[in-house]
Amino acid sequence: MFTRHESLKAAYDVVIIGAGGHGLAAAYYLARDHGIRNVAVIEKGYIGGGNTGRNTTIIRSNYLTPEGVRFYDESVRLWQDLAEDFDLNLFYSTRGHYTLAHTDSVMRTMRWRAEVNKHYGVRSEAVDAAFVRRAIPMIDMSCGGHAPILGALFHEPGAIARHDAVAWGYGRGADRRGVQIHQETEVTAIRVVGGRVVGVDTTRGPIAAPRVLCAVAGCTPRILDKVGLRTPIYVHPLQAMVSEPLKPWLDPIIVSGSLHVYVSQTARGELVMGASLDPYELHSTRSTLDFAEGLSAHMLEMFPFLSEAKVNRQWAGLADMTPDFAPIMGVTPIEGFYLDAGWGTWGFKATPVCGKTMSHTVATGHNHPLIEGFAFDRFARYELTGEKGAASVGH
Amino acid sequence: MKIMICPLNGARPVSEFVYGGEVRHAPEPARCSDAEWSDYVFNRSGSPGIKYEWWCHIASGFWFIALRDTARDVVLATYPADKARELAPVDPRS
Repeated sequence: MFTRHESLKAAYDVVIIGAGGHGLAAAYYLARDHGIRNVAVIEKGYIGGGNTGRNTTIIRSNYLTPEGVRFYDESVRLWQDLAEDFDLNLFYSTRGHYTLAHTDSVMRTMRWRAEVNKHYGVRSEAVDAAFVRRAIPMIDMSCGGHAPILGALFHEPGAIARHDAVAWGYGRGADRRGVQIHQETEVTAIRVVGGRVVGVDTTRGPIAAPRVLCAVAGCTPRILDKVGLRTPIYVHPLQAMVSEPLKPWLDPIIVSGSLHVYVSQTARGELVMGASLDPYELHSTRSTLDFAEGLSAHMLEMFPFLSEAKVNRQWAGLADMTPDFAPIMGVTPIEGFYLDAGWGTWGFKATPVCGKTMSHTVATGHNHPLIEGFAFDRFARYELTGEKGAASVGH
Repeated sequence: MKIMICPLNGARPVSEFVYGGEVRHAPEPARCSDAEWSDYVFNRSGSPGIKYEWWCHIASGFWFIALRDTARDVVLATYPADKARELAPVDPRS
């Protein structure tokens, strides 16, 4: 599927660190839309082996801030014809997305989000309990008696997709256009001269490059240490698990912030489930029993009939969190060094639009208009982009 | 990490504790620049390493400091909170 390159070239026009969905999408659009094909994607592991292959694949644009809604809506639009673009089945499946409200204050936030969404042409609405009951007939509307469902934010375009295929599609598309993807190659240093990036050193030799894009999710602070940049990013593990395959019974995607659960059923019948971040900083993708127990308990409050269902797999990714739950994207104080980071627990859905906007930013040297709210220097200006209200679960 | 050694309560399950972030010194607000203040408010040392951190034993409300390897999740030592000023890395600009 991908060309294997025996050695690195001495120089590239652009080096992208990280062959996850975001890095490969940027490479793809650089080659396809900007004609920049002398590009190397450097990956210390393998394609899509980080958070791209570890997320719960939910795609939505029902955010809270105008910056967020515009950005994610463009992503949802791009998702819809991506399979055709790639000639690869992404199993993109529009299901409808329900964010359940168990309290009046959450209902208030749902109305707020629905109004912001509608204003920007995104199909979201606040719905009542009867609507939820009709859409999800298997749910216990009282949630065990202590968290009754009052309503929900219903987001019709909410979808799931096959995450591995997204990385493969972008990777193959970039590869065919001349981009070199180097797996099992780690960046050991980033060379900066006079405030300008000039290249990177890797475990397979040095590369000269006037432009470097860092798209490494949970490894971002480690890479930024190499160029002396400080950010608010902090890393916590985010765990997830899947059940054994069951007959199809859950069509929509269900999220409950109060119960710390998000769940959808895949095409092959597995329930893909996630919850909150792990409670403290850790740079390890280990799994814990605490997580499986806590998530299962909340799942059973909504769906008591699952008590006999078995958990098949459990895993974790490293989430690069920011204080305002918005990413950090675009130009940095180092000329030629670009950042696509701070994607925490919400990066998968943004893969296409990140590729589009970062390729534009790298090609032109200026932030794409859609990412201006996510600028590196917003913290120094005390101008945060508060997206916490739209985080899928309480963190 | 499943067990934390609390300086007050001894060995307890880690689920009884909450994490309070790395031990840091605030710059003097009246004397530091806006850039120094925003660096203190927002920026963190996000890379893995051996860090002094605030932890609280919830049941007893006892705050203390743990020296933890954030790559391996191993607590190397714990200290009572009054050691904070002594243990935290001193900001070279202050």
